[in-house]
Amino acid sequence: MTRLAAFGRFLYEFVVGDDPVIAVGVVVALALTAVVGDRAGGGFWIVPALVVCLLAGSLRRASTRSGS
Amino acid sequence: MSTVLLVAASFLASGVEAVEALTIVLAVGLVRGWRSPLYGTAVALVALTAVVAVLGPALTAIPLSALRVVVGGLLLVFGLQWLRKAILRASGHKALHDEDAIYREQAEEARLVGGTAGAGIDWYAFTIAFKGVLLEGLEVAFIVVTFGSNQGSIPLAAAGAAAAIVVVVVAGIKVRAPLSRVPENTLKFSVGLLLTTFGTFWGAEGAGANWPGSDLAILGLLVFYLAVSRVLVLLLRRTATPAPLLTGAE
Repeated sequence: MTRLAAFGRFLYEFVVGDDPVIAVGVVVALALTAVVGDRAGGGFWIVPALVVCLLAGSLRRASTRSGS
Repeated sequence: MSTVLLVAASFLASGVEAVEALTIVLAVGLVRGWRSPLYGTAVALVALTAVVAVLGPALTAIPLSALRVVVGGLLLVFGLQWLRKAILRASGHKALHDEDAIYREQAEEARLVGGTAGAGIDWYAFTIAFKGVLLEGLEVAFIVVTFGSNQGSIPLAAAGAAAAIVVVVVAGIKVRAPLSRVPENTLKFSVGLLLTTFGTFWGAEGAGANWPGSDLAILGLLVFYLAVSRVLVLLLRRTATPAPLLTGAE
């Protein structure tokens, strides 16, 4: 059980990392792109736009923590 | 299409894919060491050979879009983690070498979990190289099969692709030494940017988006993310207190 839990923790850290919001946000961005598809100017802008928001939000949270 | 044009078209199209794979392997190898990314590359090439040998011309039945979404999504998550830490370091919110301690801890956990099979392998580097080479390798195989079958000569298309791969690999070996002299956090920053760029491109393309300029959009994304990252570093520096181990971070 300990090995299983350790593996689960390793896998989580491996894929999700320090900020789970980033992983969830990436899934949402790709899902939105899939829904929009070729409409709304090609939908190519959705992922970069959300990536900037996710990165800025994550950095803001991290800098607030490091400053407190 | 003449013989020369078929080889040239296959060479150029495969060369673009090979450069993309090489960029990822080179970037990860320079930052995390060469052993694990080279293992990842070798395993991807074995898997690729097996897939091509089993499927052959039926290769076009593989759902490449689904593969792009999965690989792109994971690269994007990994890339954003690297970029986030590099920006925090460059802006003074994080010490330079703390990631090494975290990495050692994770490698120790991986060894405990995986037993002897996991010992000494940097799974991050392995997986990133594996995914990049497998996806790009599959795209090269697609190019060979589609160009070759349309023009009635798969061997000629394969020769063009093989020549492109040799040229790209030789170029990669030549640029490895000068790149290894680049400061550590600059390299980490670059890897984060590259993974985020490729992850965005592949993920969105797999999800159904059409990139303006096709593969040239990769350069546009890279410049865009670089500019955004620089702005974020400048903004964060205003609120930073000096980190003791931060030297020469850019």
